[in-house]
Amino acid sequence: MADWPILTLTTFLPIVGALFILVIRGEPDMVARNARAVALWTSLITFVISLFILFNFDPANPGFQLVEEYAWIPSYNISYLKGVDGVSVWFVLASTFLTPICVLSAWESVQKRVKEFMIALLVLETMMVGMFTALDFVLFYLFFEGVLLPMFLLIGVWGGPNRVYAAYKFFLYTFIGSVLMLLAILTMYLATGSMDMRVMIEHEFARDMQVWLWVAFFIAFAVKTPIWPLHTWLPFAHVEAPTAGSVMLAGVMLKMGGYGLIRANVQMLPEATFIFADFVFVLSVVAIIYTSLVALAQSDMKKMIAYSSVAHMGYVSMGIFTMNQQGLDGALFQMLSHTFVSAALFLCIGVAYDRLHTREIARYGGMAINMPRYAVVFAVFMFASVGLPGTSGFVGEFLTMMGAFQVNTWVAFFAATGLVLGAAYMLLLYRKLFFGKLDKPDVKAMTDLNWREVTMFAPLVAIVLIMGIYPASFKNVYDATVAGIIADHQESLRAAGLIQADPQVAVAPADAGNANEN
Amino acid sequence: MLPVPNLTPALPEIFLACAAMAALLAGVFRGEGGTRVVSWLSIGALLVTGVLLVTGPTGREVTFSGLFVNDSFAVFSKVLILTATALSVILSMRYLEQEQISRFEYPVLMLLATVGMMAMVSANDLISLYVGLELQSLSLYVIAAFRRDFAKSSEAGLKYFVLGALSSGLLLYGSSLVYGFAGSTNFDTLATVFRAGETPSLGVIIGIVFVAAGLAFKISAVPFHMWTPDVYEGAPTSVTAFFAVAPKVAAITLFIRVLVDPFGDLLPQWQQVIWFCSVASMILGALAAIQQTNIKRLMAYSSIGNIGYALVGLAAGTEDGVRGVLIYMAIYLAMNVGAFGIILSMRQNGRMVESMDDLKGLSRNHPAMALAMAVFMFSMAGVPPLAGFFGKFYVFMAAVNAGLFALAIIGVVTSVASCYYYIRIVKLMYFDDVVEPLEKPGSAVAVVIGATALFIFPLFYVFANPILNSAAAAAASLFRM
Repeated sequence: MADWPILTLTTFLPIVGALFILVIRGEPDMVARNARAVALWTSLITFVISLFILFNFDPANPGFQLVEEYAWIPSYNISYLKGVDGVSVWFVLASTFLTPICVLSAWESVQKRVKEFMIALLVLETMMVGMFTALDFVLFYLFFEGVLLPMFLLIGVWGGPNRVYAAYKFFLYTFIGSVLMLLAILTMYLATGSMDMRVMIEHEFARDMQVWLWVAFFIAFAVKTPIWPLHTWLPFAHVEAPTAGSVMLAGVMLKMGGYGLIRANVQMLPEATFIFADFVFVLSVVAIIYTSLVALAQSDMKKMIAYSSVAHMGYVSMGIFTMNQQGLDGALFQMLSHTFVSAALFLCIGVAYDRLHTREIARYGGMAINMPRYAVVFAVFMFASVGLPGTSGFVGEFLTMMGAFQVNTWVAFFAATGLVLGAAYMLLLYRKLFFGKLDKPDVKAMTDLNWREVTMFAPLVAIVLIMGIYPASFKNVYDATVAGIIADHQESLRAAGLIQADPQVAVAPADAGNANEN
Repeated sequence: MLPVPNLTPALPEIFLACAAMAALLAGVFRGEGGTRVVSWLSIGALLVTGVLLVTGPTGREVTFSGLFVNDSFAVFSKVLILTATALSVILSMRYLEQEQISRFEYPVLMLLATVGMMAMVSANDLISLYVGLELQSLSLYVIAAFRRDFAKSSEAGLKYFVLGALSSGLLLYGSSLVYGFAGSTNFDTLATVFRAGETPSLGVIIGIVFVAAGLAFKISAVPFHMWTPDVYEGAPTSVTAFFAVAPKVAAITLFIRVLVDPFGDLLPQWQQVIWFCSVASMILGALAAIQQTNIKRLMAYSSIGNIGYALVGLAAGTEDGVRGVLIYMAIYLAMNVGAFGIILSMRQNGRMVESMDDLKGLSRNHPAMALAMAVFMFSMAGVPPLAGFFGKFYVFMAAVNAGLFALAIIGVVTSVASCYYYIRIVKLMYFDDVVEPLEKPGSAVAVVIGATALFIFPLFYVFANPILNSAAAAAASLFRM
């Protein structure tokens, strides 16, 4: 095991880089160049260090690992407590992995106030990693909210024409959601006397209380995920955000919602989770079908991908609340897959936007002829988004559907229609962008991907394919944790008398799902 | 032989009062242009007072025939008040010269007001409470109108005086009712009377409500807030900066002491009053500020809102709640001094500007100043990880702990609503383009801004424990049995 504070190092290294950027002085050109370089190197080193988390992580151990604990505010039992389990470990890596790619994506497209941009990006990375590794609820909340500040500035300063409106909407929506969470945290603290998440997971809250706490947490995380109908901030934020902002938003920030749902709602409030499961299924199915239809109608490609994100996150919320191994595994896999696929799709859009400065789908066409490399890269991610077997998208959707099928056939049935719709809008988008005649002069003049962009996409293509071809490599890391979560969940439900105390039922998660239906 | 009261508990006050006289003499002898010397003398005097205070006796000591009390609660509040005054004096020096109202009486009056505030905090009797309060108020009336050939400033002074006199009247009337029905003005005696389980007569309750109304005036809690925006706007900005912090800290600690110490056992009776003031202040602070264009008025509504949050802790009526209020006020002090430091430095072409639009594009010309302002604004909005979040966190925790769920929920909802106008300032500074650049702030002001910003983030994290512990000790000293 690592005996050095590897999680703390991963969390705060980006801030150190940001401080270096802060003190850069001199000619504007040189400042910009140095800021980019420092940001890239800092984020790369952070990524390498974060790899040690994976090396030191024991997949067979379902509990929290690499735990670091220091007294912080002892009079309130608040401590600096960090640790990862199978659920969080990949998200930490995803955050550190995407940050250097974001720096690369902004290399040329961001020309104004480069220094501040890179600082915001690195601060954002610190907040995200900090949030996924926090085991103390106050620490968790600090990082969860802290993400808003750099993101607000990223959208508002470097965004598109409607950036102010989008930034406000983004900020206020997510802030409203999370203050409810704050009240829930306080209530839980008063019940347990501790801010330690591990204590809260162990603690059995009264059922009435669980219901209220669950609602508060659900609203907070549903806004972030986002779950229909609390998703309306997302398309605006995405459309106006600069490419790097969209990538971070889709790649990591949306996962905070899913992560919170698992950590707080499922692990801490099992009875309420059981009670509300059907309600979440309805929301998820509506989200999948409705937002897919909305995506079909978009003429702005960024908006289309933004709506498709909501649909994809619908599978996640559905998978989480099936509360069986396949469903939860699938939800995690889907989140991870969406991290890379949607990030890559936003990067692809960024590539087109950098050249033509429009996101209007109709302004493009026939790009496969003059931009073959770009066409191939886009195709990979398009297929991954559709859920073609062999790509990461397939595994997540398949597993969540499988989980849902055991719980409720109708849910699975309706969710499956989302697959068809997803294929429809993505293929339509691809056809309009890449096929047909290359007759628009400005599109004809576009150049193919340069070395920087290829470097940016190569790791994403590799990951999407590895995840699709050999999913176990990713799944193994969290399988034990998920099994542990589900076992705990079943046990709590049996103790509460919500499901039958049949040991046979308990062993096979699939049957437990049936009990849920009854 | 004439009995001599024990003077040690009041040593800091006595020293500061003498120092104020000495500073006055120094000013008189230096004549014109002596302001800077007197200001630095005052800062020195405040520092020495602080040292006397901190090194003084720690336990609870009552002197002057039970009129004056010194305990950890008083010490904590006085440290805040002295800090606020010292920072305000530093902020005002250059400003007064630029506005050509530099007269040596200014720092002397601030010192005298501070003596009054310290006496308020240490009051152990309704009479000494009133005397301290009036000493503070009289000095404040004068400095509010310090820019005497400027109509708005005179108006501010007059308004503050008339309404202040009204609130003093309410306070006195309430005190006389309490005296009439409970038979004493001494806090210890009153506490004993009510602790004995004597059902309070209606007269006492009405008396408490009047006392509370008088004090609510001083902290500008709704519905007694009307003077605040006008006085904030009209007074010279350096005075506004002072008004926003030191008297607020003094008045709210006095409020806590009055309600918790003598009337602590009547919690069910006064809780609803505080509950209402708190909710109304939070709502008004959040909504009325939205349409402001003058930044000083905005800060006035912001302070009304902030007082509402502080009152959440008082409404809880528990030790936790008091501790929360004290921490809240410490953070509030840093945020406001810093924000007013920036407002003081808003100058274009040698004259003061006060419109929010003048902050447009600040991040281009003065990135450090804009960053500091963003820190203060996000902190006031209560966005973590900035210190302002912890202020709200502790008072809400106390409210939830005391079962005041509705209060906590209204609190978080209004804090989101108030977010709207706080982030509007961030928007102006970061998203908009420069219209006319502001001048560079003076170095002393810049140091104060930088120090307070660093305190809000990240130094607060380093000091979280010491601050919390001393606030806890202060709160505990109030809840002695």
